[in-house]
Amino acid sequence: MLAIETSALQKHFADTKAVNGIDLNVATGSVFGLLGPNGAGKTTTIRMLATLLKPDGGTARVLGHDVVREADKVRAKVSLTGQFASVDEDLTGQENLVMISRLLGFSWPGARARAKELLEAFELEEAAGRQVRAFSGGMRRRLDIAASLVVTPELLFLDEPTTGLDPRSRNQVWDIVRAIAAEGTTVLLTTQYLEEADHLADRLAVIDHGRLIAEGSSRELKRSVGGSTLHVQVADAGRHMDALQLLRGVFGDEVQEDREAARLSVRVAREELAPQALSALAAAGITVNEFALSQPTLDDVFFALTGRAAEEEAQKEEAA
Amino acid sequence: MSNGSMHKVLSSELRPAPASAISAALTLAWRAALKIKHVPFQLFDVVVFPIMSTVMFTYLFGGALAGSTDAYLQYLVPGIVVQTIVFLTVYTGVGLNTDITKGLFDRFRSLPIWQPAPIVGALIGDLMRYALAALVVLAVGLLLGFRPDAGVIGVILAIALMLVFASAVSWLWIIVGMLVRTPESVMTTSFLLLFPMTFISNIFVDPATMPGWLQTVVSLNPVTHLTTAARGLMHGTAVTTDILWVLVAAALVTVVFAPIAMRMYYRER
Repeated sequence: MLAIETSALQKHFADTKAVNGIDLNVATGSVFGLLGPNGAGKTTTIRMLATLLKPDGGTARVLGHDVVREADKVRAKVSLTGQFASVDEDLTGQENLVMISRLLGFSWPGARARAKELLEAFELEEAAGRQVRAFSGGMRRRLDIAASLVVTPELLFLDEPTTGLDPRSRNQVWDIVRAIAAEGTTVLLTTQYLEEADHLADRLAVIDHGRLIAEGSSRELKRSVGGSTLHVQVADAGRHMDALQLLRGVFGDEVQEDREAARLSVRVAREELAPQALSALAAAGITVNEFALSQPTLDDVFFALTGRAAEEEAQKEEAA
Repeated sequence: MSNGSMHKVLSSELRPAPASAISAALTLAWRAALKIKHVPFQLFDVVVFPIMSTVMFTYLFGGALAGSTDAYLQYLVPGIVVQTIVFLTVYTGVGLNTDITKGLFDRFRSLPIWQPAPIVGALIGDLMRYALAALVVLAVGLLLGFRPDAGVIGVILAIALMLVFASAVSWLWIIVGMLVRTPESVMTTSFLLLFPMTFISNIFVDPATMPGWLQTVVSLNPVTHLTTAARGLMHGTAVTTDILWVLVAAALVTVVFAPIAMRMYYRER
């Protein structure tokens, strides 16, 4: 059975088509990433799947249940961790978890015991008695995820789980997501970062303007961009042209140069050519400050798919 | 993350049946009570103004309006309690709007619980808040020399009537809370209605000296009837028509606005 199955899913707000016909198949037990810039329709999609918004067109089934007609059944099996930590700031961490546990049917002592277990597992015991208002972003996010696991869901929605977190907290959240997936819960997460999707997701779908523009594993998406990029910076600017000639010899005429920064870059379809380039440079006595093969980012994938940079889109959204 | 405790938490087979409607609403009322405990300032905030106005009006105008400050206190305090509670109803809308903007409502609504529970629970919690605020203002009134002739029972009945009215008015702010963007705008919007509603009434002065047209407005204002009824109940001179007027007005407001509010709440999806 598929965990999520949508067909021509649509949602319109006023005159914008936030989600404009998305077909999605997510296998149970996998971590699936919805990747896209701000305003692409990721959150709207997740909100429809979590029964918070009614679709304007198409169908969506979650764990075998229609999200509109069988919303109750869907709610009983899924958990949502929204984009903004959806916990009560006025309450303490412990009280938040007791509240959710009570709502999910635990007795008072049962709710307190469950809250204690969760606080321990998420390393929040020390902060348990403090108001959430005083929590750091990472703690808040952990509490938020803990609240989604009071009853282990079959499917967990995570909407941009690490946006705005410092690197350490981000790694903690990644560990949590991996642990959750290892226990067999299907995870659907949205993210703006290819790196994050890369670390966590088995499969990815790239969304833009409410449409699905690509789907596959992270490796497949990167391959669609045409592999990694090699960046070379020559130590002695005087040898810049020599280096350019050498690299052209190895990779062909595709090499691009940024004269000001004395940098050269080239798309590398066959990564085994990179060592050849390095030895050619060494043989010619050209020393380099930088010689790096970098994996494509969401920006690269996005650019390859749409001809626009994801970043520009995000900025346009924010300005609007 | 310790993988051991993570595994323990995730492998838990505990899957009780979700809370019943009543249990869910009471849990969310418990949440509202915790907020009073953790953020007492919000309560303080709303009783300061009525206390100030009680003191100021009593000593500035009391003698002129009622012959003596003491006589005026007997007239004013029940009305001030009404004003306090009516003003407080805004916080139902403010709280709801805060929950929506913070994303907390998304969590509640994604839970397999009776869907109106968050609103009903908040209302129950707000009633506690109204009662508490009423007691604080009354206590100050008693210190200044307010003496309700009907004693404790009369005061309790008066507060009960105010709570009925307040819970009806709350539905209005629940609607506003879902319509506007920020908690602050709930406040602003509501004061446009609440200031005239409480001032163009008989809370502060006997309408007998007002121009005729204004007397008509005052007599149509449900707050006037609530104030008359509260005064009557506290001093043992209650008039049934005023009490009935308040109950009918409360029922009408609820019957009209509660379904609208609930429909909007569902439509959010």
